[in-house]
Amino acid sequence: MKNKEPLILVIVVAFTLLTYWLVEPYAHSQMHKHVDSQNFAYADLPAITKTGNVENGKLLVTGAAACTGCHSIAKENLPAGMDAVTAAGAYGVNPPDLSEAGAVYDAKFLADLIKNPAHALKVEHKFDAAKGQMHPMASFAGAGGDLDQEVADMVAYMQSIAVKPSEVTPKMAFENACGRCHAVKYEKWTQIGEKPSFKLEKDSLTFDVKVLEYQEHLTKYMGKLPPDLSMYYRSRNEHFLSTFIENPQAHLEGTAMPRVGVTADAAHKVIEYLADSADTKRHERSSVGMNVIIFAVVFAIFALLWKKQVWRDLH
Amino acid sequence: MAHFTKATSVKDWLNQRMAIEKVEKVMASEYWIPKNINFLWAMGMVLAITFALLLVSGIFLLMYYQPHVNTAFDSVNFTIMREVDYGWLWRHVHGVAASVVFLVIYIHMFTGIYYGSYKKGREMIWISGMLLFVTFSAEAFSGYMLPWGQMSYWAGMVITNIFSLGDLHLDGLVEWIRGDYVPGQAFLNRFFMLHALLLPLAIMGLIGLHFAALRIPHVNNQDGEEIDFDVEAKKYLSGDKAGSKVIRFANDFMSKDLMVVGIFLIFFFYLVFFHYGFALDPVNFDPADPLKTPAHIYPEWYFLWSYEILRPFSVNIGLVAFGFAQVIFMLLPWLDRSPNAVPASRRGAFSVWFWVLLADMITLTAMGKLPPEGIFSTIGLVAALLFIALWVVLPFITKNEKKA
Repeated sequence: MKNKEPLILVIVVAFTLLTYWLVEPYAHSQMHKHVDSQNFAYADLPAITKTGNVENGKLLVTGAAACTGCHSIAKENLPAGMDAVTAAGAYGVNPPDLSEAGAVYDAKFLADLIKNPAHALKVEHKFDAAKGQMHPMASFAGAGGDLDQEVADMVAYMQSIAVKPSEVTPKMAFENACGRCHAVKYEKWTQIGEKPSFKLEKDSLTFDVKVLEYQEHLTKYMGKLPPDLSMYYRSRNEHFLSTFIENPQAHLEGTAMPRVGVTADAAHKVIEYLADSADTKRHERSSVGMNVIIFAVVFAIFALLWKKQVWRDLH
Repeated sequence: MAHFTKATSVKDWLNQRMAIEKVEKVMASEYWIPKNINFLWAMGMVLAITFALLLVSGIFLLMYYQPHVNTAFDSVNFTIMREVDYGWLWRHVHGVAASVVFLVIYIHMFTGIYYGSYKKGREMIWISGMLLFVTFSAEAFSGYMLPWGQMSYWAGMVITNIFSLGDLHLDGLVEWIRGDYVPGQAFLNRFFMLHALLLPLAIMGLIGLHFAALRIPHVNNQDGEEIDFDVEAKKYLSGDKAGSKVIRFANDFMSKDLMVVGIFLIFFFYLVFFHYGFALDPVNFDPADPLKTPAHIYPEWYFLWSYEILRPFSVNIGLVAFGFAQVIFMLLPWLDRSPNAVPASRRGAFSVWFWVLLADMITLTAMGKLPPEGIFSTIGLVAALLFIALWVVLPFITKNEKKA
């Protein structure tokens, strides 16, 4: 009698794979909008044509451009004028510290942001100066010299004080670009910083109240409290996160979430931070996985040999 | 009272009290299995192993899971996935096994249909098997509620809504099932109880029934050959193992089972560690939010075919069609009027019926997940009507079947 098992196996595997393909790759390709990555090129923003002067940039940032009126630069010992909660009450969201801005954000983006925040952030649908809807960050109209040169100087200054782009850590990238709107409770991150471990419950509750107050301001500003991102690495996928960070409007037209203008490298670090939160054990999973597969193969070989031995007399 | 003598060994001691030798013969060494079978006959053992994996991983998860609407999500995604050593492993094994067990159940079911293994005294095997399918479905659904993610919540909402039975508006029944107007704490608690106690008990009882139903009629073989088990067993025991048409359950059949299990486990663990996305839906990694309905609500892949029989019709007709789909497989031994218990390939029209049914169920599965728009809803409607038509014509095409 002919052995039919190979044919049966082919049929079973073929129908299984067909069903899998239909309900997973194919169905998901039909259900979700596909957005291509632009590799964080920010092609809609003009290139910086001038070579920046760090010294002049420092004078502008700390002086004429009045950046430090709202932004702290901790690295240069320039503290914030208000605490995070009060600042959120004034601006909707706490203005970021500029210490590492030069390493986390794209230079073209920073330049455009200084000149026209709503344009760079892609929130012009929400902040239309003509209708009197002003973005909380004022546009820089120039300090008397060539505007493009002055902006290039300021960007050069921010890059000069920041760490080297290769030294940006996942945590640093996330906190700068995302952490003032999004909490990540699995990493103890709140919109006003990492929650310390308090000895007294009273202190812990006081901190929580501050977070709630901040969130109230933020909710008013954004229309909705931005979601906690603890599990986003698993509830979305890497491609989605990357293209969403690059341009939220491409996925969700009209969203209040700004384009944050991170470099490709910083976006990668942000995603790594989210992966550490939502898929903490992924490295352990791969290494344990390999060992288990090796064990399963060895087990199958022994099972096969035992079957051959038992069936030797049966044929 | 029975007569007991001083035992000569532990085995003898047990033998006098529990007849373990006889039990061993009945259950293993003289439980005769036809030799003429292929690897599809090992699916029962594959299912038993997968169920064991579910049970063991479930016990570990039970130690940390918290059935409360405020903590359930975090107890799974933070405590189990991050804090507990190898908690992620137990969860992945549990989630992937829950999905894979249905793949094997479907292979097992279609094997039974193809070889006519529900006929001639094997009706109880089929019925107990279908009861297992129903309880496994309930077990899978109740388990899906527990992480209290977006898909848990909204699938719970949609599925319990079915019990209002359309224009009958049995809203009171739906509230009674939920213990609330919407899925909430009472809902989560009772589904936790069902998942961790009542349904596993029912499944274990039914597995016992399924095995018991198998013992007297014996398993079928791949050519539908009538075997005189007594004669063939004698031949085997007299030493003519090669000439006998039967083999022992243990170790003969079990060695082949274990070989198939070994190969299955390679595939299974590959999925657990490297390809788990199909079983752990991304949407369920968002915590349940009663104020935010997901863009697409769909059941796990193994429920899609019956979901698609519900979906293309208006509410009342859809519910009738859905009810039909749930019970019709149970009636297969009586809807198939032919006495031929042979492979479908030798049964003419039934062979066509079998492959069309399989293709139709795969089509329904695909359409059940795709958004019900345009061509997809048309294909879904046609496939659902075809499914019903196939079962209606079955008695007629099998009644006139020639003796094979």
